[in-house]
Amino acid sequence: MISRRAFLLILGSGPAFAQLPPNITAERQAALRAAIRKATSGAAVRAGKVTISIPPLIDNGNTVPISVTVDSPMTEADHVKAIHLFTEKNPQPYVLTAHLGPRAGRARVDTRARIADTGQVIAIAQLSDGSYWSDTVSVVVTLSACLEDGLI
Amino acid sequence: MLAAAGEIPLESRKSGYDFMSRETRAMQDDEATHPALFTLMDGEALFKSSCASCHQDMKGVAARYPAVKGGQLRNLEQQVNACRVERQKQPAFAYESRELLALTAYIGRQSRGMPISVSAEEKHLAAGRATFNRRQGQLNLACAQCHDDNWGKSLAGNPIPQGHPTGYPLYRLEWQGVGSLQRRLRNCMIGVRAEPYAYGSQEFVELELYLMWRARGMPLETPAVRP
Amino acid sequence: MSARVVVSMPKSARRGEVIEIRTLASHVMETGFRRTQLGELVPRDIITQFVCTYNGVEVFRAELHPAVAANPLISFTTVATESGTLEFKWLGDNGYSATESAQLSVS
Repeated sequence: MISRRAFLLILGSGPAFAQLPPNITAERQAALRAAIRKATSGAAVRAGKVTISIPPLIDNGNTVPISVTVDSPMTEADHVKAIHLFTEKNPQPYVLTAHLGPRAGRARVDTRARIADTGQVIAIAQLSDGSYWSDTVSVVVTLSACLEDGLI
Repeated sequence: MLAAAGEIPLESRKSGYDFMSRETRAMQDDEATHPALFTLMDGEALFKSSCASCHQDMKGVAARYPAVKGGQLRNLEQQVNACRVERQKQPAFAYESRELLALTAYIGRQSRGMPISVSAEEKHLAAGRATFNRRQGQLNLACAQCHDDNWGKSLAGNPIPQGHPTGYPLYRLEWQGVGSLQRRLRNCMIGVRAEPYAYGSQEFVELELYLMWRARGMPLETPAVRP
Repeated sequence: MSARVVVSMPKSARRGEVIEIRTLASHVMETGFRRTQLGELVPRDIITQFVCTYNGVEVFRAELHPAVAANPLISFTTVATESGTLEFKWLGDNGYSATESAQLSVS
């Protein structure tokens, strides 16, 4: 049986991340922290109220169905103003920012994301009272076995 | 047409659908947000403007291809093109062209849920079976070694499906678009570092026939979603 | 080819009911991070914004980034407040824009 590494070398490994510099993860994690700081204006973010629904083992990182829900009555007095979605390992950390409000009725947004590599997906909800809440999930992303052009 | 040794017993066959996550399956099942929706819309428009004057009900058609028509074994793409060239006096559509994918997706959709039912002449079936069992490429692997002998196990972290063409043309997440069975087979051949057969080659059509015969009775899922 | 989008939502609802709106846009969402076989960067070409208004009032907005998959799906909810028109607008790089509208009957 061929080891996974040997298999990847044989294929020539299409995606760019296989040839990236060794400190790229640190750079991307710093970019993620900066993006979160910008989205929250530096406010404290607490874990809770937010739920990311995403497959733990991803069939293909090109299209990953993601659903984010926030536990909120969505009234004028108490609602979710925005949901920010980030990834840890993508070339840039942002996925989507949804702006809601009491007219949403429910705090939920569904989309399909690209996730480049095994790592974390983070959703941060901004509430009307100025507080920030989050959920973080870890997902595993594998390469497709049979590609269009493995001959680079 | 007895099953050869090593073939998956009929009752143990599973579609690629069964190897996907719940969420990917939902993408295939939800008509309103199916990633191939625009391809289907294109197909419907093209069919109505180009084909509907002769063809009304295409129910069951895609489930019977490849088939022998005009004395030759043809897949659905080739049959569509035969109509275009011979009856409509129009140039053939290229494989993977927007038009051909749209039409085959639309026609295939009319057979969704119906059992695959090809009638296969022994000589074509034997040729397709031989290709399926032949070692190829620098990795020297035959289709059968992964898809008959090792389905369900993992290859580079992905589950190996049984290789039934139950939903073509389909939206492959890797392509971020719709493609034909032959495009997918070419990916497999590149995967074992073999020179892929040309689109529309006899080898491919006979292999398609064998694969559809191998999947006989399984419901068509066109347009499917696959990783 | 003109921009294509599809919106899926109920045609009618009771006042106060929360309805689900599912939208799909046909778009390659080129990330700007891919390279050709010769090493050249393929320029970014994505949808960047999506807005939904309900009788002229914005009820949902989203900013999209290259990490949104091709043929973007955006699903969200809104409260059925009154009968009227929901309008949907997508904007993106290279002057991309698409619109769609749907009628909602609220009783």
